Amino acid sequence: MTVHAPISPVAGCSDPVREPAVVRQRGQHAVFCGLTGIIWMHRKIQDAFFLVVGSRTCAHLIQSAAGVMIFAEPRFATAIIEERDLAGIADAHEELDRVVGQLLSRRPDIRLLFLVGSCPSEVIKLDLSRAAQRLDKRFNPDCRVLSYSGSGIETTFTQGEDAALAAMVPSLPAKAATSPASLLIVGALADVVEDQFRRIFADLGIGDVAFFPPRRSTELPAIGPGTRMLLAQPFLAETARLLEARGAERLAAPFPLGVEGTSAWLGAAAAAFGIGQAAFDAATAAPRERAARAMARYRPELADKSIFFFPDSQLEAPLARFLANEAGMRIVEVGVPYLHRQHMAHDMGLLPAGTLITEGADVDQQIDRCRAARPDLVVCGLGLANPLEAEGLNTKWSIELVFTPIQGYEQAGDLAELFARPFNRKQRLGVQLPASATAPAAARTGGAPCN
Amino acid sequence: MQLTVWTYEGPPHVGAIRIATAMTDVHYVLHAPQGDTYADLLFTMIERRDRRTPVTYTTFQARDLGGDTAEIFQSACRDAHQRFQPAAMLVGASCTAELLQDNPAGLAAALNLPIPVVPLELPSYQKKENWGASETFYRLVRALLAGRATAHATAGARSERAPGTRPSCNLLGPTALGFRHRDDITEVTRLLAALGVDVNVVAPLGASAADLARLPDADFNISLYPEIADVTVRWLERTFRQPTVRTVPIGVGATTDFIAEVIRVAGLDPAVAERVIPSRLPWYSRSVDSTYLTGKRVFIFGDATHVLAAARIATEEMGFTVVGIGTYTREFAREVRELAGKLGVEALISEDYLEVEARIAELQPELVLGTQMERHIAKRLRIGCAVISAPVHVQDFPARYAPQMGFEGANVIFDTWIHPLMMGLEEHLIGMFRGDFEFSDSATPSHLGAGHGSHQNHAAEQPGDAVVVPAALPEPVATTTAEPPAVAAEPSPFVQPVPVMPPAATGASIIWAAEAEQELRKIPFFVRGKARRNTERFATERGVGLITVDTLYDAKAHFGR
Ligand code: SF4
Ligand code: SF4
Repeated sequence: MTVHAPISPVAGCSDPVREPAVVRQRGQHAVFCGLTGIIWMHRKIQDAFFLVVGSRTCAHLIQSAAGVMIFAEPRFATAIIEERDLAGIADAHEELDRVVGQLLSRRPDIRLLFLVGSCPSEVIKLDLSRAAQRLDKRFNPDCRVLSYSGSGIETTFTQGEDAALAAMVPSLPAKAATSPASLLIVGALADVVEDQFRRIFADLGIGDVAFFPPRRSTELPAIGPGTRMLLAQPFLAETARLLEARGAERLAAPFPLGVEGTSAWLGAAAAAFGIGQAAFDAATAAPRERAARAMARYRPELADKSIFFFPDSQLEAPLARFLANEAGMRIVEVGVPYLHRQHMAHDMGLLPAGTLITEGADVDQQIDRCRAARPDLVVCGLGLANPLEAEGLNTKWSIELVFTPIQGYEQAGDLAELFARPFNRKQRLGVQLPASATAPAAARTGGAPCN
Repeated sequence: MQLTVWTYEGPPHVGAIRIATAMTDVHYVLHAPQGDTYADLLFTMIERRDRRTPVTYTTFQARDLGGDTAEIFQSACRDAHQRFQPAAMLVGASCTAELLQDNPAGLAAALNLPIPVVPLELPSYQKKENWGASETFYRLVRALLAGRATAHATAGARSERAPGTRPSCNLLGPTALGFRHRDDITEVTRLLAALGVDVNVVAPLGASAADLARLPDADFNISLYPEIADVTVRWLERTFRQPTVRTVPIGVGATTDFIAEVIRVAGLDPAVAERVIPSRLPWYSRSVDSTYLTGKRVFIFGDATHVLAAARIATEEMGFTVVGIGTYTREFAREVRELAGKLGVEALISEDYLEVEARIAELQPELVLGTQMERHIAKRLRIGCAVISAPVHVQDFPARYAPQMGFEGANVIFDTWIHPLMMGLEEHLIGMFRGDFEFSDSATPSHLGAGHGSHQNHAAEQPGDAVVVPAALPEPVATTTAEPPAVAAEPSPFVQPVPVMPPAATGASIIWAAEAEQELRKIPFFVRGKARRNTERFATERGVGLITVDTLYDAKAHFGR
């Protein structure tokens, strides 16, 4: 089933929000497409394979984003559409069947195959949901076949995970209506973080806890009206909607970044399961105190420094909340690819009043604002990081925040350290850049600045 | 449809970006969805460029498709012109926009921008990166020389160089993201200066649009990277009657030939050749410590230019035995096939990474000269490797001066190629002392990179990423007692390095006796794979089920070294 996650989820919410200033723009973006999610999704679901149906560009994107060639034969690949497929010389569906057959005979260990749609497959209207149904009939039960879109015209960066999870929701077994309440954590987390949360939930006395996506595609959590879900990631609009449609109840909370976020997030679960304050404190006091201690080391390095976010992963608002409230940073601008007001309500509510949030910003204009503001730290994508460093700005690659375990108490200090490191580096580096390397582009080339 | 795991080349518009980025004042407006902006980081991260790539992506979305993507494209052109004020603009479509048929050429022309606007037609579903770079360079040169070309056609023959003036040439082909292009042009410029030849323009790397308009001022052209420059130099030959120097000066022999060709084309006194500082390679290769290089079996894979050059160096200048060569550059497959024929090996013309891996596993060379892809293959197979060609990685942009071309390039190549072999030898010597408590056999050989040991436990946790031996692999590479995984972490800004398991057992029914296994361990690890494979083949052919120490030595006697 193809899931078309909208680029801009509809606004409208019931949660209370202390409204920050939200500005919406149109213009050129510099954000990856949803295919990128394959990089961490295939690590998470260890028996799943992601087959992109797309162009050489799609293959090159994943390869470039994956850090290239680290795996021998990774659990992702691209079926590259060729001229003959477009010209109708070859039937695209027959071709796809052939490629999938070839793939699965090579990889008998695969239990779940995702056909991942791309811009080209969508523009030529290649119906991957139909293909998935057909192939699923052929390979089930050895291998399930599902489909979703990771295309750049439908999804931005982390929305790929949303689309993949949403595609899995209909396969989740139904929970008996009478079964007791259970907790479902939704969104890919590093295994180590999952295990930490599992221990805390056990200490809280919440026994029936499942994580979605599971580590193996065959260990699907059952779901139904007794399910209470906590979103671990801020980009799961469609997945949450489908889970709610199957009876799950979303527990509204900020995202589990930093001490404050993690406590409130766990607190939402505790409240839903009727766990009292004393029990909550008993289960969380030790890690909370540890996290506060770990944070304290970095706070002096971050306090009062200004920070500017370019849109990237959707994690921007919760990160800004963490950095403002727990590290004392000053937020200049929070760029987000799109704003899901409902899921983001608590984090936005905790942001300093009047914080500027820009949605879907035009990248060139945003660079102008950033240059004018000259923040102490810029959080941006890899395409911008070195050019901004060369202008003397301090940067932090945003993509690292998606690939590094940052959630929960034990990671709060690590998260702060990621932002402190650029300052640390700047302080250590006494070596001077030669004049030629710092001169603006225009001076070096004699022409107009071509950046 | 083509099932693709890794690609050697990106799509053709990435080739166009390499041209635009190489130049100082050319901007590219690319009709493309947002995900295609990933291309920027190839330049800003891998090449560590300190400026944004001069590309505007229109980043249209699904909701724009029914409406006016053409208007989005036009306003992107207008805005880009206003903001960046380039001297020339390239316009075109990526794979997705190609399907929309918005006609970027017509749309851009309708804007009447006051600069040359060069439309690119790069068929994404047929062509690849190098072709795209070559085509873009050609279109740009033609467009910027349109006026002079007509003038020249009416002017007739090329005027003779005035007596007493120094000859001048253009260096054509170096691009952004090229393998050592940055240092090659410095080295070749120095070499030409020693010969008394001036460089009129280097392009596209570092050139402006105005520089391209000056190309005909040179007496001749040098095609440094035929993959990029060949089409353009042919047009310059036809249009301006500029002769071309085609020898690519990689290696001592090729550099000597290059010098001779430059002298001939420029009409210089042959004695000027002596002004060039020679390479140390010829003596180093003869020095007695290099005896161990003789007859080393090497496999060579990469772009055609670098493969052809490497094969000549390997055979004539290092004394290696080339056991296989191949390229992913289909445009120059004929040249590679010809050379393979001369070397008595079969050429592998392929973009299929798994096929290349299977070939290397089958041939068990002692050294692989390849791209970053082959480096990873070699690491897994525990074979030494040196990188000779794109596709590139961050480590192919070293801080130090490291050209491939000219005599200094030959020095660099000598050092680079023998490094893995020398380290292999060193590891063996260390291995001889492995009984001593300081040494542990499980330690990672240093030339295979650091940080590997700590990942073994991850490997165990991630069985999903075990290497699956390609189906095409004719023989098992390793049996049940596989070597420890030999993959070191790449410094990746994106993912934590993920280790790879050794090739899985492929069901060989042969058993190694404990003493034979012990004996095998005494063989240097860099030939151990070959010894194991030969012994197993020997045993299989003779129906021997249990390999003993005798079988091991029988096989050794049978196969020789
Ligand atoms: S934006 Fe579209 S065409 Fe580009 S890589 Fe992503 S899915 Fe492929
Ligand atoms: S090492 Fe990995 S991350 Fe670094 S440039 Fe190469 S591919 Fe990219």
